[in-house]
Amino acid sequence: MTGKVAYTNARLLDPTSGTDSRGDLLTVGDTIADFGELFSAGVPDDCTVVDCAGHCLAPGLIDMMAALGEPGREHKETITTGTRAAAAGGITTVVASPDTRPIMDEIALIEFLDRQAQTSGVVRVLPAATITKGMAGQEMTEIGLLAEAGAVLFTDGYRSITNTQVLRRALSYASTFGALIAHHTEVPELVGDGVMNDSETATRLGLGGNPAAAETIMLERDLRIAELTGGRYHAASISTADSVDAMRQAKDKGLRVTCGVAPYHFALNENEVGHYRTFTKVSPPLRSESDREAIVAGLADGTIDIIASHHRPEDPEAKRLPFAQAAYGAVGLETAFLIGLELYHKGQLSLLDLLARLTAGPAAILSLPQGRLARGAPADLVVFNPDTPARIDAEGFQSKSKNSPFDARPIQGQVLRTVVAGATVFEAA
Amino acid sequence: MAVDLVVDHASETYSEALMISLAATPFPHRHLLGIEDLSADEITALLDLSDTYVDLNRRPEKKLGRLRGRTQINLFFETSTRTKTSFELAGKRLGADVINMSVEGSAIKKGETLIDTAMTLNAMQPDVMVIRHSDSGAADLLSQKVNGSVINAGDGSHAHPTQALLDALTIRRRLGQLQGLTVAICGDILHSRVARSNIQLLGKMGALVRVVAPPTLLPAAVDRLGVEVHHDMVSGLKNVDIVMMLRLQLERMKGAFVPSIREYYRYYGLDRDKLAHAKPDALIMHPGPMNRGVEIDTEVADDIHRSVIREQVEMGVAVRMACLDALVHRTLERPAEAASQ
Repeated sequence: MTGKVAYTNARLLDPTSGTDSRGDLLTVGDTIADFGELFSAGVPDDCTVVDCAGHCLAPGLIDMMAALGEPGREHKETITTGTRAAAAGGITTVVASPDTRPIMDEIALIEFLDRQAQTSGVVRVLPAATITKGMAGQEMTEIGLLAEAGAVLFTDGYRSITNTQVLRRALSYASTFGALIAHHTEVPELVGDGVMNDSETATRLGLGGNPAAAETIMLERDLRIAELTGGRYHAASISTADSVDAMRQAKDKGLRVTCGVAPYHFALNENEVGHYRTFTKVSPPLRSESDREAIVAGLADGTIDIIASHHRPEDPEAKRLPFAQAAYGAVGLETAFLIGLELYHKGQLSLLDLLARLTAGPAAILSLPQGRLARGAPADLVVFNPDTPARIDAEGFQSKSKNSPFDARPIQGQVLRTVVAGATVFEAA
Repeated sequence: MAVDLVVDHASETYSEALMISLAATPFPHRHLLGIEDLSADEITALLDLSDTYVDLNRRPEKKLGRLRGRTQINLFFETSTRTKTSFELAGKRLGADVINMSVEGSAIKKGETLIDTAMTLNAMQPDVMVIRHSDSGAADLLSQKVNGSVINAGDGSHAHPTQALLDALTIRRRLGQLQGLTVAICGDILHSRVARSNIQLLGKMGALVRVVAPPTLLPAAVDRLGVEVHHDMVSGLKNVDIVMMLRLQLERMKGAFVPSIREYYRYYGLDRDKLAHAKPDALIMHPGPMNRGVEIDTEVADDIHRSVIREQVEMGVAVRMACLDALVHRTLERPAEAASQ
């Protein structure tokens, strides 16, 4: 790929530089060569022309957490289907969840994933490794060697490390390598048999309640440990108003901590559980409307750094069950950005701020060269129209699994084209 | 899958039903999953019809042809003696062919069995499926998969609508009405589907409901269900018309939710002293099976003047007949043969 591609007649959007202007962009090979008012005198003959027709052109999105099925859960997702889904959602870089079978706690597995991604992935796949061996919460993995092998972050998936000493040592040790610890924050004993938010709705449905405090108590503990160790800490998925406050205070104190949310936590509340809709069973659970509003506010003021899809593909057998027995998780690669656009349409986030949570934000946390429009940056791009009226259709997903809580939701916005390293990997029909 | 099938070969002894519609009220429900789907008028009409069946059940000849030719499957994923027997008798007395399926919960994944079993049984064209399951929402899930009617005979901690109806019938027959009564529901509200269904039904019918339990046995935001919350029996039972005790499973009393049986009995067990705070003629109810000496004193439970616990069991059959009848025919009409005698 050494060809030149001219993206003309675009609305260039780049959160890092604050760019929001009409113009063109030129890629040479896998790199952004230039952008701005480039082709007022015409496009040179040696360029392939992509006419953006006035639509938005932004850095490709970076998703800090998605389960891609491999190895071990290929019946739910594969690198091929998962990365196609990512491309359809405008995502050009995916951090693959280490909660695989076997669990990603060995260098050989990281290398396996890398090879799979090279041969069958259509977007960039970055491996993550677990913090503890077997995600058992006891012994730490070879954080240094795993990072060297390519693991960009360390997480025990949707499990919390309850042993405070283990997390303290992991954060402390990881700081040697500047490795990022991304942690799920829930006190398992307080979650108990809770499968949805502990609330009036849970009481009416007779479902076990998962109290908001279960999350915030763990988060506050973690923030203390982060302060104690100076390690790089990321709260993977927060869902409550109190957690947003805790993060805000930690940042005000100057701690080097970040946090993320999943789209369903800013778009949905616990009422969506309705009559036991298992597609709304997620971890942490959908919360109250006031929690949802606090999450939106946290995204708007920057307390919440990033939006991750938290893509968790599940087959019908795992979801067509009584609510308490059904698997947790929702697919999200193809909807994360479109649901994010709701915040823009409601006037809660500017388009640049929304893009920041999906591009520059994760790029900064992961120290990636992607996520910006800059000369010499990787040519990972997304072309989209934020206004196209549409309806989410789970049956049409590229993902192997269709467990979306957003199926049939009316939305505004469409991904038109996704470009990875200068090559188009998705184009809207 | 351990399934035991008990088939009732339809008896030849139907008393031929001569149906005359007496003030038929439409009953536009295919399923009975919870109390929330029923209006106060529909509840009243169901109780009226149940009254008719109480009379029928006290005759020597108890069989009607209202459900002749219909098939009823009782699908019980949780052990139950009285509810299953009650539904079985109800179906048989209306002339239905009744099949009992008890699926032992231990050896199999309950959820898989629920859907698989539902689809298999549905292919056999039952008119009514009665389900009990340990997971909340199981009846709801089943109702989405079958063509006939589903009656929820208890799902997890969610709902037990026929229990609430039989409790209401028991109260109404003793005290004349539900409107304006004060009812204390005491004990393990957190895990109780009986409590949830009773709170809804009694609230709809204009009764004042109190729940009495330690905070560890109350679900979140229980006050939002329109009840008064009490943590001690003295204030909770003050001047109530009805004391409804709930069963507390023994394994929940060994430190997880309350410290011990004796401490629970001391503060929340119903005995003469605590009962003295209720109205002098207050009724005592219990959905069974009772833990004597744990949540209720034997002397109180057996007080023939105040305990209506055995009456509840009798009302259960009549209420379930009314529900089966109403769901199959989609109207609430009194069978003339029962009414005329």
